[in-house]
Amino acid sequence: MSTAPSEVEESDVDERVLADVPWVTVVWNDPVNLMSYVAYVFRTYFGYSEAKADKLMLAVHEEGRAAVSNGSREAMERDVQAMHSYGLWATLQKADAS
Amino acid sequence: MTSGFSRARRQGAYARFDVAEASLIASLAGQVIALLLDGVPDPQVAGSDDDPLDQLVGMSGPVTRPEDPVLLRLLPDGYSDEPGSEDANADFRRYTERGLRDDKVANAEAVIASLRVAGADTATDDDPVDVELDEAGVQAWLRSLTDLRLAIGTRLGVADGDEERWESLADDDPAKAMHDVYDWLGFLQETLVRTLR
Repeated sequence: MSTAPSEVEESDVDERVLADVPWVTVVWNDPVNLMSYVAYVFRTYFGYSEAKADKLMLAVHEEGRAAVSNGSREAMERDVQAMHSYGLWATLQKADAS
Repeated sequence: MTSGFSRARRQGAYARFDVAEASLIASLAGQVIALLLDGVPDPQVAGSDDDPLDQLVGMSGPVTRPEDPVLLRLLPDGYSDEPGSEDANADFRRYTERGLRDDKVANAEAVIASLRVAGADTATDDDPVDVELDEAGVQAWLRSLTDLRLAIGTRLGVADGDEERWESLADDDPAKAMHDVYDWLGFLQETLVRTLR
């Protein structure tokens, strides 16, 4: 048996708080990918309705970027990986970092 | 000149190419494969391979981003360029880049294979090359056409709303010819996406 630490180290606290912050997958505008293809990817991979997929696609196109999914860091890494396999330019970040 | 893809009767898609078109696509796909394979970092210098556990579970991979802008566009960072993102990007790349690279090579190989099945290698000038794709073939073509356009577009420096720049080039400018190919691949991609509605 070990004794309990007299105080919790600050870095541990920070890690626990950060782990609860949701992450987002951001898709960035690029001049190459077709609008129809980007909307297709959003419908197919995320299962979004045509209306939602089109709205997100237009947001990417017009605003330069859009958060297309959110969740745990691991889930967002999977989403980013999938977007890269479709050839979309995507990154993940903490939800409040934008 | 091909009219692009149309929906096949039961599933998948179909397109008729002429021989020159078929060999152009196969050649471009071959160039993307060569680029992806040439750029594979030497595992000796990849950084993580001295960890026996990583080696055992096959979790070692490149940690630095490719220098070639085309390769970087095909194999992008997982995290945007914020301060402190270097470690996260290195880890993301270590665990994902090899698989992504393999998938892209496999898709391009599938494109070349479907052209070969359609007789692109043996057809003479007037023979049509009829490409029939099942659902997996459609996915491989969708992604590979995207990769071809990303590669050409990045090399050319294509930007949003720059059509006039390309139209103003002289007809014998190689960049204009390449941009025409880029546009044509976009047309093919558009017809292929349309078969999925």
